[in-house]
Amino acid sequence: MAKEYKTIREIAGPLIFVEKTEPVGYNELVNITLPDGTSKRGQVLDTSNDVVVVQVFEGTGGLNKECGVRFTGETIKLPVSKDLLGRILSGSGEPLDGGPRIVPEDRLEITGAAINPYARLPPKEFIQTGISTIDGMNTLVRGQKLPIFSGSGLPHNEIALQIARQARVRGSGEQFAVVFAAMGITNEEAQYFMRDFERTGALERAVVFLNLADDPAVERLITPRLALTAAEYLAYEHDMHVLVILTDITNYCEALRQMGAAREEVPGRRGYPVYMYTDLASLYERAGVVKGRKGSVTQFSILSMPGDDITHPIPDLSGYITEGQIVISRELHRKGIYPPVNVLPSLSRLMNSGIGAARTREDHKAVSDQLYAAYAEGKDLRGLVAIVGKDALSDRDKKFLEFADMFEDRFVRQGVDENRDIETTLDIGWELLSALPEAQLTRIDNKYIQKYHPAHRAKEKKE
Amino acid sequence: MKTKGEIYRISGPVVIISGLNTKMYDVFKVGKEGLMGEVIGIEGDKSTVQVYEETSGIRPGEPVENTGMPLSVELGPGLLESIYDGIQRQLPVLKSSMGDFIQRGVTANGLSREKEWDFVPKVNKGDKVNPGDIIGTVQETQNIEHRIMVPPNISGTVDEIKSGKFKVDAVICTLAGGKELTMMQKWPVRKPRPVNKKLMPNTPLITGQRILDGLFPVAKGGTAAIPGPFGSGKTVTQQQLAKWSDTEIVVYIGCGERGNEMADVLSEFPELEDPKTGRPLMERTVLIANTSNMPVAAREASVYTGITIAEYYRDMGYDVSLMADSTSRWAEAMREISSRLEEMPGEEGYPAYLAARLSEFYERSGKVKALCGREGSITVIGAVSPPGGDFSEPVTQNTLRIVKVFWALDAKLAQRRHFPAINWLNSYSLYSKALEEWYSAKVSPEWVKLRKDPMELLQKEAELQEIVQLVGSDALPEDQQLTLEIARMIREYFLQQNAYHEVDTFCSMDKQYKLLKSITAWGNKAQNALEGGAAIEEIMKLKSKDDLAKVKFEKDFDSALSVITKRMEEEFAKLGGK
Repeated sequence: MAKEYKTIREIAGPLIFVEKTEPVGYNELVNITLPDGTSKRGQVLDTSNDVVVVQVFEGTGGLNKECGVRFTGETIKLPVSKDLLGRILSGSGEPLDGGPRIVPEDRLEITGAAINPYARLPPKEFIQTGISTIDGMNTLVRGQKLPIFSGSGLPHNEIALQIARQARVRGSGEQFAVVFAAMGITNEEAQYFMRDFERTGALERAVVFLNLADDPAVERLITPRLALTAAEYLAYEHDMHVLVILTDITNYCEALRQMGAAREEVPGRRGYPVYMYTDLASLYERAGVVKGRKGSVTQFSILSMPGDDITHPIPDLSGYITEGQIVISRELHRKGIYPPVNVLPSLSRLMNSGIGAARTREDHKAVSDQLYAAYAEGKDLRGLVAIVGKDALSDRDKKFLEFADMFEDRFVRQGVDENRDIETTLDIGWELLSALPEAQLTRIDNKYIQKYHPAHRAKEKKE
Repeated sequence: MKTKGEIYRISGPVVIISGLNTKMYDVFKVGKEGLMGEVIGIEGDKSTVQVYEETSGIRPGEPVENTGMPLSVELGPGLLESIYDGIQRQLPVLKSSMGDFIQRGVTANGLSREKEWDFVPKVNKGDKVNPGDIIGTVQETQNIEHRIMVPPNISGTVDEIKSGKFKVDAVICTLAGGKELTMMQKWPVRKPRPVNKKLMPNTPLITGQRILDGLFPVAKGGTAAIPGPFGSGKTVTQQQLAKWSDTEIVVYIGCGERGNEMADVLSEFPELEDPKTGRPLMERTVLIANTSNMPVAAREASVYTGITIAEYYRDMGYDVSLMADSTSRWAEAMREISSRLEEMPGEEGYPAYLAARLSEFYERSGKVKALCGREGSITVIGAVSPPGGDFSEPVTQNTLRIVKVFWALDAKLAQRRHFPAINWLNSYSLYSKALEEWYSAKVSPEWVKLRKDPMELLQKEAELQEIVQLVGSDALPEDQQLTLEIARMIREYFLQQNAYHEVDTFCSMDKQYKLLKSITAWGNKAQNALEGGAAIEEIMKLKSKDDLAKVKFEKDFDSALSVITKRMEEEFAKLGGK
């Protein structure tokens, strides 16, 4: 049994400073016993011969200098087993569903080690989400980390759930296991997710970690790490394809900033810690496919941009780590379009390796590029129309203007339960493009035009 | 001197040790597991060490040991084709010794101690050798001859020189007085390797990318920066440069990169063929991969590791190109460590020495006369990732003060899928003048004039676009409408280049010249035709214009172009005009 210290010198926000200890390891797990017999857990942030700084996960409420502090001698670990599937756990890994404790097959460090870049397999397998704007123009592949950049009041939860329901790899009957980690979301939002998981039976193949808005902020720092540890275990030890949904990254970063301030660190941009990039990387980078192992970890995080500002440090730093982003647009949402994905700032960096003849269809890239270019031009023209009126446009420009409207109405808009396969998505794309003069389709190779353009297809049929 | 002490305090990657005297930048083995670290500050009897590995679970009181050496890299045959982490540990070796995940406390030599190399001596007994002199060669890969040099600071008379197969640490030469030389030498990464003298860069680096070679060239031995907000195609541009640049050696540093993208580089490079030799590109490449979730201190070191290796090949007389992606991640690593040290922050929390570190790094580029007398060069291409795409931030600004070429990637262009998304209005190159002589001699005497026209035209287009925004393009006079159309052709037919298209991915100087010349010729003819009374609608409809759009994708470019040129002549002749 580890020694109990009663030498707390100072309590500041979520931190306690403990004196006169034997050597304590960095990042070690700490148990704190309150005078009333309850206990809390914490983690060592800074350790020296003189003083040890501990961050307390459940908050320092009720702590006083008489509390007993026990250093466990080990870093935080998550007990893992295949029985995690179907369970609902708290943000620090305790069962919330009234079920038994997990009988561990193994206990894993939650910080996780970096995958050796040489051991990684470049992600290539196309995941069909059934959403045209994603499949067609910002394709998700297995092992990718692709966050949704959203804002308050936008339907990012619906989109995340639709993806969780529909995502599959074509041709394989395989389904995803889902690891869901809530960080500081409201009880209501959590209920919404849980109800959908139950409705669709997804809960059986899901692991849920809940840190809600009224749970201690510090706990948010370990919740995603528990979730990712569970995901890695299921992926690499049990050959599962795991889709991890982390929501909301912004709450996580707020907690990070809170901790930084409590430690009186030199703040970086907008008060966020200077190591926020490295810290976020240690979450996002835990997605991937490893050579010689069957499973994979794909991340689909939700990030609400404060003030819809994509240059805010949280989306900005995230964008430098993740392989693209799906940007939700308030403008489209106001127009009543679901899912309101703005394809122009959205991007999937791994798209090119996941599409093409062998994976989706040979014309995929060309169609996507052409849709992008045409829609961008159409949107620009809207600005012009606002100034000079529609009549001043040339015929060519009018066509692009109409194209932008049709694109939003037919390609972007789809039902919450509408699951479009990639062929349907591309065919809708072709249909829209056929409204433009053929000579304007400069991004598409002539042979694809001959093969897929509705005008030529119709001709072929006649013949 | 005492070499052992103990740990006093641990806070993330920063460890404070006590109980012994240290020198700045001494490398330490920290804790029972012997984690690698480097002294970055000394106060009283305590020294601050930045540790290159994860420090969880390490306790105060654990032993530390001073190796007495600054952070160094091993230089010798076997560097090429290697894949290293930020502190020159071979990633494949790490994988075989500790599995798919990077565990700590594992060392791996930069150069294999097992492999034998065929050493061919180039000096004889009794010869006098000076620092940098080549004493022999090794065929490192099929096309790269590795020249074994006398390390800087050593000279003497050859007493014995061997020939045959040796391992890198075997003695191959003994100098009078007993000094022994091996094929491998060590060099501290933070110290530039000496040269005979620096020369003025006057040959272009041919990249095969039209917008770079054509409009904003960089000289061999020059420096260039690619800043770009995320999603603007920066990584693809850099990879294209690594693949196609006409340098003998490529050093690619993935500093704080994405793991999946690094995996892509690591799996793609070995399969790429060198367009000039038909051999795998890896045979002339050194890759350094330090992903964003690998330890921050190793990220800080990775840039130095890379440039030291580049200098070593430059010293042999090779042209080396070095890509650092991204220097912003490097600067952030400095900032993170600086903050852990509780240093007084400068602008935006970056350390006050940021500008000095950046300029020191870029100054290690250049075209030089090496100690051995040959000419070599290092071209440094650094990516910058300005937060929020704001070019006024410190890393971008300090970089721009040093580099001579600026390739301004633009997210707006990327959104329109205009790739490479390099903004032609904001980019610049200060080498254009210095390279004119080379162009006139090697491409065409016309080239210097030819490449100025599109710049003027694009500038003109930007001005006209402002008017179009207000009144619409139909309201412009016909000649200006034509100007806009020709500018569009320049943008889409010449500047746009598809990195994933098998033909278009590389464009030789000759092809660039011919393509630009044809587009310009079309433009001139069109203007003449318009002046001669032809209707603008007719001109716009010409088939030869659409043909020009696609000619860059043709495998047999020359014959396709001559067909188009002929059609162009015919069509314009039909239109009449002057």
